[in-house]
Amino acid sequence: MVDNAAVQDMTDVMTKFTAYIGKRLPTDVKSKLAELRGNEKNEMANVIYDSMAENQDAADKLNRPSCQDTGVIQYFVSVGSKFPLLGELEAILRDATLGATKLGPLRHNAVEAFDEKNTGSNTGSRIPWLDWEIMPGEDSATIEVYMAGGGCTLPGASTVLMPGQGYEGVVDFVFDVITSRGVNACPPLLVGVGVSTAAETAARLSKKAILRSVGSHHPNPKAAKMETLLEEGLNELGIGPQGLTGSSSVMGVNIESSARHPSTIGVAVSTGCWAHRRGRIKFNSDLTYEILSHEGVVL
Amino acid sequence: MKKILTTPIKDEDLLDLNIGDIVYLTGRLVTCRDVAHRRLIEQGRSLPVELKGGAIFHAGPIVRQDENGEFEMVSIGPTTSMRMEKFEKAFIKETGVKLVIGKGGMGPETAEGCAEYKAVHAVFPGGCAVLAATKVEEIEGAEWQDLGMPETMWINRVKEFGPLIISIDTKGNNLFEENKKRFNARRGPITEKIKAQVGFIS
Ligand code: SF4
Repeated sequence: MVDNAAVQDMTDVMTKFTAYIGKRLPTDVKSKLAELRGNEKNEMANVIYDSMAENQDAADKLNRPSCQDTGVIQYFVSVGSKFPLLGELEAILRDATLGATKLGPLRHNAVEAFDEKNTGSNTGSRIPWLDWEIMPGEDSATIEVYMAGGGCTLPGASTVLMPGQGYEGVVDFVFDVITSRGVNACPPLLVGVGVSTAAETAARLSKKAILRSVGSHHPNPKAAKMETLLEEGLNELGIGPQGLTGSSSVMGVNIESSARHPSTIGVAVSTGCWAHRRGRIKFNSDLTYEILSHEGVVL
Repeated sequence: MKKILTTPIKDEDLLDLNIGDIVYLTGRLVTCRDVAHRRLIEQGRSLPVELKGGAIFHAGPIVRQDENGEFEMVSIGPTTSMRMEKFEKAFIKETGVKLVIGKGGMGPETAEGCAEYKAVHAVFPGGCAVLAATKVEEIEGAEWQDLGMPETMWINRVKEFGPLIISIDTKGNNLFEENKKRFNARRGPITEKIKAQVGFIS
């Protein structure tokens, strides 16, 4: 039997949390921005970093979404097969999006395909977008909320390379995307790279990669080394905040990977902008919860 | 010292500005984006706001209206200027606008327009919409409200609105074009160095 009070409780928490992440950046992003600002040598870039910091303070004080583009809402769910509300989660997250749209308020960003009408609610076919991973035997649920803004979604790209192009081809692909379209996506960016077997598997992994913490590393030492090489290389370009040049270009490069077909290398890039609005929350089976992405939150 | 432009802006105020300079704006700032550009240039309709010596902002704000009908600026971040590239040169010519503010660079035609009619394009940092809203002292008017909140021409009185980074100056120099060249020139040696270390397929 479904426990209606529990459904209501979880919906409330997710509504508040979804609205919350539009106003305050996660702890890892905040501290990385502070670090980049501290290391910045270019005067113009420093003025921009100062504006970003001032903007976040103003958003906090006035309790408003920090960027007007609050994006399309996406939820990445890792849920235990024994989580009591597993079957209700989809409806809960949809209602949370509806609620957060009013509470935020969030900008209306769901345009129904082909009808080309803005639904005015941030919900529509398959939106909010849900991504599922089931954890066998577990009874908790960890949910990642992401606001996919237009500017930071635009550079997204995916392709399939021939093995002859190798990881060298991956390097070229990443640099192509970042120097052509990443520049306009409000750098410094968090760059996610998926290395996989096909276009869509790589694309999904590249998005999962930007949900990982800034500064975390792939467990495989070669992949971790490639993360560092790409990060240092992109920083050497000196794209700077807003693409106006500076001492760095990115907050980091995160790679996620899977095994692949011997004849293909699927590769994809997703980017998160400086206002990388995501939040991670973990629910236990009794629906007590813990917010993992932001320090000192009271919902 | 802060360099502040005040509307109405005169040609002389702009001639010394170079790409990369940072300025602030005090006076009147009108939001103006896709449809307003299209109405003037494609449909030949006259604008409901006088823009001679003025400043426009490529932005679609969030505005709140209280019980007395007073508007309050909640959030006003820049939108991608490049979408207006098709119209901007003609727009500058028609209106006599002097300062065009937005996000990211603009193209060669706008640069031509800026050189010919002595105007500049400047960037306000993207994602800083609340900061921008705090620089709006008052919304003095709202024209073409039939276009909906984002496309309405909001007439704002602003104080030291910025930072505004000059991206196209009155000489027609284009900061984003130059940066692009710089990034592309640096890129080759950097990727070669990385590629030498990722030959994982042997
Ligand atoms: S790229 Fe990010 S910070 Fe920039 S306008 Fe879009 S959502 Fe806002």
